Amino acid sequence: MTSRCKYDTTNILVVGTGGQGVMTATEILAEAAIALGHDAKKTEVAGMAQRGGVVSSHLRFGQKVLSPQISPGTADVLLGFEAAEAMRWRHMLRPDGLVLMNTGRLVPPIVELGLHDYPDDPVAEVRAAGTHVVSFDASAIALELGEIRLGNTVMLGAIADHLPFPAEVLERCVLQRFAQKKPEIVDLNRRAFAAGRAAAAEALRAEPDAD
Amino acid sequence: MSAHAVMSTPPAAAGSRLLMSGNEAVARAVWEAGTRVAAAYPGTPSTEILECLAGYPDLYTEWSVNEKVSLEVAFGAAMAGSRSFCAMKHVGLNVASDALMTMTLTGVSGGLVIAVADDVGLSSSQNEQDSRYWGRFAHVPVLEPADSQEAHDLTLAAFELSERFEVPVILRLTTRICHVKSVVTTGERSAHSAAGFRKDVGRWVMVPSAAGRRLPLMFERERRLRAEAEVSPLNFAEPGSDRRIGFVTSGPAYMHVRESFPDAPVFKLGLSFPLPFDSLRRFAAECDRVVVVEEVEPLIETELQAQGIDVTGKRILPLSGELSPQVLRPAIAGLLGEPAPADSTVAPMKVFPRPPTMCVACPHLGVYYTLSQLRNVTISGDIGCYTLGFGEPWNALDACISMGASMGMALGLDKGRGDNEKERKIIAVIGDSTFLHMGMQGLLDIVYNQGNVTVLLLDNRAVGMTGGQDNPGSGRDIHGNEAPRVDFVRLVKALGVRDERVHLVNAYELPVLLKTLREETKIPEPSVIITSQPCVLIKDYHALKPYMVIDERCTGCGNCIDVGCPAIHVTRRDRVTKASGREVDLAFVRIESAACTGCGLCLKPCAPDAIVHVDTLAMPIKVVRKNPAPVHNA
Repeated sequence: MTSRCKYDTTNILVVGTGGQGVMTATEILAEAAIALGHDAKKTEVAGMAQRGGVVSSHLRFGQKVLSPQISPGTADVLLGFEAAEAMRWRHMLRPDGLVLMNTGRLVPPIVELGLHDYPDDPVAEVRAAGTHVVSFDASAIALELGEIRLGNTVMLGAIADHLPFPAEVLERCVLQRFAQKKPEIVDLNRRAFAAGRAAAAEALRAEPDAD
Repeated sequence: MSAHAVMSTPPAAAGSRLLMSGNEAVARAVWEAGTRVAAAYPGTPSTEILECLAGYPDLYTEWSVNEKVSLEVAFGAAMAGSRSFCAMKHVGLNVASDALMTMTLTGVSGGLVIAVADDVGLSSSQNEQDSRYWGRFAHVPVLEPADSQEAHDLTLAAFELSERFEVPVILRLTTRICHVKSVVTTGERSAHSAAGFRKDVGRWVMVPSAAGRRLPLMFERERRLRAEAEVSPLNFAEPGSDRRIGFVTSGPAYMHVRESFPDAPVFKLGLSFPLPFDSLRRFAAECDRVVVVEEVEPLIETELQAQGIDVTGKRILPLSGELSPQVLRPAIAGLLGEPAPADSTVAPMKVFPRPPTMCVACPHLGVYYTLSQLRNVTISGDIGCYTLGFGEPWNALDACISMGASMGMALGLDKGRGDNEKERKIIAVIGDSTFLHMGMQGLLDIVYNQGNVTVLLLDNRAVGMTGGQDNPGSGRDIHGNEAPRVDFVRLVKALGVRDERVHLVNAYELPVLLKTLREETKIPEPSVIITSQPCVLIKDYHALKPYMVIDERCTGCGNCIDVGCPAIHVTRRDRVTKASGREVDLAFVRIESAACTGCGLCLKPCAPDAIVHVDTLAMPIKVVRKNPAPVHNA
């Protein structure tokens, strides 16, 4: 297990766009932390998130959490559900923090209209700024499993080995949620979780500066 | 959570340790308090309180048509001796305030708690206002929780206070309470039977003579509440070893202060109005200086200064937005004459903005595409998803201030038109729920005063922006059960719009919509054009066969992009020089068929008929990897 979290309070920032399941994923992470006896607070700015806007969800857990907000420069891990969104929030990471980044792109109408440009290579730009990036195509993995909506389980699998607790705890929380709501897709989510975990591990091994 | 998906599982057992949002925690406590009646109009960030409450047993819940009605319903129940509750966003209390300002004179019999959620930080509102003013204005107590557990506990305390002092109590929340999830330990539900309404005209009939007799009682009550604030366990001082600065704070700012200055003395106000001046004076005497940290206006600060207590606050802190640690730390360092705390932060990377969009196949898309083609118009707008019509690519909404205001503003734009605007057409755009909330009266005013206004009433059978809640136009109640459905055509005719000036138009039939709009804006009298296709987020909406683009037929004209549908993506751009010598930018497109639900709005602008149903060519839906489909919540 590669723990990125050396401080008393672990700060995890999950980002993406409205409809990707960012808030649900963060909630599952929070449930895992609570199951282990941690105090936890989860918050987001997502007023109009349902309309395809920017969503950033903050999770802080530890012995006792006071402010629910992660201050810029103090996030331990940034879990980016969309490539440009990971770029948008990079400044929230602490200098030696880690970005786990879906290379899948969601291009908004404002870019299609030609009013703004989508960055050419978000992974390279974040890396060039000195941040440790582990990138993989979570959208493609979800599609290969037959259901794009598995994307957030893939992303949770990807972060599972970068938490201060065993990956199995998170996996159990993910599967429990589906066991309650949609038991028929528990197995599919188990595979999505494993695929995300493997993709992140593979990407980490391929990193020139892997630790 | 959609209103149609309210939970039907039994409430969690007492003593459960649950991850709850502030809204969920308030709902749980309202239920535990034995509340019998709860009402609200949806509004971010307060919406989920009533949505959750609707899933609890043994109490009556309703979506009211507006916040004033919701408060009146709750007040009526409280007159009958029931514990009652209503919830609203900050601007909702502006609407409800007329009722509040007099029910403070009558007081209540059963406990009445008003949860008001201020959108500090403007995540989804037209303004940022401080609802704590209403406590001062109406002489009612204000409670301010700092996290979900406190949201739960202070809701229970609010009911107790309300009954003991026979006063409506304001539970003041902010976005950072409503939408933060943290651990809450639940309690038991207690039963509170209603004593029933007792006739007492001197108390319940507020004519001048009776109101005059109640005024001294109200001020006496405030005096007793101030004494209560001195002894209430909701207000307490936490000692600290670093006494250079002591903090007086309330609400979520308390957590930010504790996080930022762990060694400082802090006076935490849970019951923040009326203020416990004596306790605060004693606290101030034990610190070198006192800083008041409150979101957002300097209410506590000003009142303490008026008492001769030397405090500072908004001189060093911002007058708007959240007072998070990243705001507090440098401000306090500055006050102490210390260098700003070591800042390891870096500037954000430059990324395109990503404003909220309308949904794929949203019926508003066609309306705004059509409006964008009209010239010499002023479009008076309203509050809802359709407010987004002001932005790209439509640029077809010119004003928006408050619920229902599109009507009155349109009439004013007509009557006050400038000398150079004689031919200008005035259009008002309003949604179904907003129309029922506060727009009907404005339309009546347009009719009565014979305004030259064309009203577009966008009936999508839901309160769309807050997540598709039901309303009197949807034909369903808060539980999703069948309810009487308002007939908008008959309603606007009853308000006096002439029969021939009322049109029901399909929002997806663009030529009809355009023709009707052109005709009605030419006729100098009130017209109403009603569209009635359902919001794509509610169960009334049925997806149709998706479309795709035949690449070889696409000429790159880009007209379909102007519809503004998020499922249309550019695959490549080009620039060509026409025979006339004019340079033209081309944008070739594809449709994300996995997202497309076949509304067909993009067909009309497509001259070369490049857009066809996916199975027209017996081709599978090909996923183009360059712009993969969104990762959804599984």
